[in-house]
Amino acid sequence: MPKKKSAPDWNYAPAPESSSQVNLAKRYDHFIGGKWTPPSNQSYFTSTNPATGKKIAEVADGSPTDVEAAVKAARAAYKGSWGKMSGRERGKYLYRIARLIQERAREFAIIETLDGGKPIREARDIDIPLAANHFFYHAGWADKLDYAFPNQKTAPLGVAGQIIPWNFPFLMAAWKIAPALATGNTVVLKPAETTPLTALKLAELIADAGLPDGVVNIVTGAGETGAAIVNHGDIDKIAFTGSTAVGKLIQKSLAHTEKRLTLELGGKAANIILDDAPIDQAVEGIVNGIYFNQGHVCCAGSRLFVQENVFDEVMWKLKRRMDSLIVGDPLDKNTDIGAINSKAQLKTIQRYIKAGIKDGGEIYQPSCDLPAKGNWCLPTVFTNVAQSSIIAQEEIFGPVLAVQTFRTVPEVIEKANNTPYGLSAGVWSDKGARLFQLTKSLQAGVVWGNTFNQFDPTSPFGGFKESGYGREGGLHGLAAYLNLEFS
Amino acid sequence: MERIEVLKTYKLYIGGKFPRTESGRYYQPAGKNGKKLGNICQSSRKDLRNSVVAARTALASWAPRDPFNRSQILYRIAEMLEGRSAQFVDELKQQGSTPTAARKEVAASIDRCIYYAGWCDKYQQTFSSVNPVASAHFNFSVYEPMGVITAIAPEQSSLLGLLGTVLPIITGGNSCIVIASETKPLCAITLAEALATSDLPGGVINILTGVRAELLPIIGSHMDINAVVASDLTDTEKSNLRAEATSNLKRTIFCKQDPAKTESPYPILATQEIKTTWHPVESSITGGSAY
Repeated sequence: MPKKKSAPDWNYAPAPESSSQVNLAKRYDHFIGGKWTPPSNQSYFTSTNPATGKKIAEVADGSPTDVEAAVKAARAAYKGSWGKMSGRERGKYLYRIARLIQERAREFAIIETLDGGKPIREARDIDIPLAANHFFYHAGWADKLDYAFPNQKTAPLGVAGQIIPWNFPFLMAAWKIAPALATGNTVVLKPAETTPLTALKLAELIADAGLPDGVVNIVTGAGETGAAIVNHGDIDKIAFTGSTAVGKLIQKSLAHTEKRLTLELGGKAANIILDDAPIDQAVEGIVNGIYFNQGHVCCAGSRLFVQENVFDEVMWKLKRRMDSLIVGDPLDKNTDIGAINSKAQLKTIQRYIKAGIKDGGEIYQPSCDLPAKGNWCLPTVFTNVAQSSIIAQEEIFGPVLAVQTFRTVPEVIEKANNTPYGLSAGVWSDKGARLFQLTKSLQAGVVWGNTFNQFDPTSPFGGFKESGYGREGGLHGLAAYLNLEFS
Repeated sequence: MERIEVLKTYKLYIGGKFPRTESGRYYQPAGKNGKKLGNICQSSRKDLRNSVVAARTALASWAPRDPFNRSQILYRIAEMLEGRSAQFVDELKQQGSTPTAARKEVAASIDRCIYYAGWCDKYQQTFSSVNPVASAHFNFSVYEPMGVITAIAPEQSSLLGLLGTVLPIITGGNSCIVIASETKPLCAITLAEALATSDLPGGVINILTGVRAELLPIIGSHMDINAVVASDLTDTEKSNLRAEATSNLKRTIFCKQDPAKTESPYPILATQEIKTTWHPVESSITGGSAY
């Protein structure tokens, strides 16, 4: 193996996206019953830009009283015009929302990057267009539900309470709202406290679309606001995306009710490189698998398994590729890795990195200038990682990759499945027979063969085991929001 | 001289074998006219654990088995039941059924096996999908078994209800532990004898008798059970089971329909996970890498 070369000397000129097109208010209230409603306790919290530490806007802190008002509005809309509307007409509203997102995609992408810290390239090319696609795809289902579940009568559930995370704020809002509305439910949605802005901008757009009041209600706040939604007596369904620990708490607090629940929780995906893999493409897949969105991805390929005889080549190429990653200003179109979403998350990641070193892992990070202010973490890879090491076991939710090796296919299947999680997995091999043996044997809801981190509204997403239950997207995702004869 | 009848010892069915409960405990449910049905094993935590081990082991070969082969094995179960129908009728009568109801239930039970035998190689084709993603990928979603399932057989319909609960589970490639009707356990044990002589590999269905209230919490907190299926639990039992199931996020599946009366592929799907697989597709026309 040649000695590792230093990064190619390509200094990109800064290419910052202009934020002049962005309309942001200084303060946002809840969006309840079609109206901007101040929080009952008059309290607000701030949403900051994780890349600069600067305050962006004040956002209402939701109390149980606010949640009560939102649920009332949602129930009224469900009993009122929305519940009586034909699927065809409901679908038209969803199409409208999809179109409005496309029209304002640039503004939304910039706000997503400002509020969450993800690279503008990702917000622009993935988060926002995919969110629009989710509305457009589900719009068409609204009048075709009878074809989705043959020989079963379908009916909406009623009011859905939806709690979403901070890693894909706008996309998650679309994933939750679009299928709920297509199937005839109304919604109370709570965005994450560090990234509420694009969901609130979506409320503006929903108002522009002329959706009847109360069909979509957005209440902002932290965990307590979420708990008020979970425990509200007049909500029929809870959809939660977030950590496994919180997911379990939610299941426990709903145990005594007949509320429907879907959970999309954590993961610790295995990304497996077999010795006949196309190595250059696999290296791109490794990078996309773990450094996409700073590794704040539940399905991130955070455990890399490399077949022993190609280990040196893969690691050499991976490190060379890592040296060329650009970490910094998320608004710069050249940036590969943006800001860590919050100070708290940065601390968590740093704690795991320390633990990885303590457990005997060999760390590699490229050398790279980081901005003086903001939350930053270099792309990190650990080799010589024991299966028992904490960084091979627990979800880090940051740009930290744990590498292990294997000799045989049965061995890697055993290792890859040796986790309570089961959200996603990746396999790299140019031999179809080997690839399909692995994709069949891996216990995961989504398996990427010779690719990683692909998403589409037609493609059901969700986990096995402790990564949660229920699917989002595709025909199969509709079941989560329908009352069917057979459970 | 009149011949002395040989009385039957009722045992458990774990991993294809017929052990007594390791706990040595028994109970004596009352049948028709208050007559004791027998000394029935009162299964313990250890029995449950042993059955989970047996079910997990059996899963490794049952889940990947060709659906066509699973189909033939389910059909073979029907053949075995047919041969024992008189015994089932007799036991149902001992448990309080009228002769007509007993005969009807046994006939329906045999037919239920045939019904699900047919689904083994059809539900996948009927409900899987190829998803038209907006990128150069081949993307498909298929059903895979959840794994080791615990089935709480209904208390009243002790043969048909049990089969209506269990057949959809094994049709889909899962293995299971069945908790038989507490008050009417005879048919479950005889079913075990029929299963042992069918081609169903040992451990795919394990049958425990005992006290439901005692077993439910043990099931809920077991870390290697993937799902629980039940149809006649009380609200409190459901609530406790959901809370205990958070231990490993085991799925709790409470059927809305009476499994004795249900013939549908949807109960099969209830114990399936959906797996979605992606692979790039190269395009010679538009060019570009396939990865």
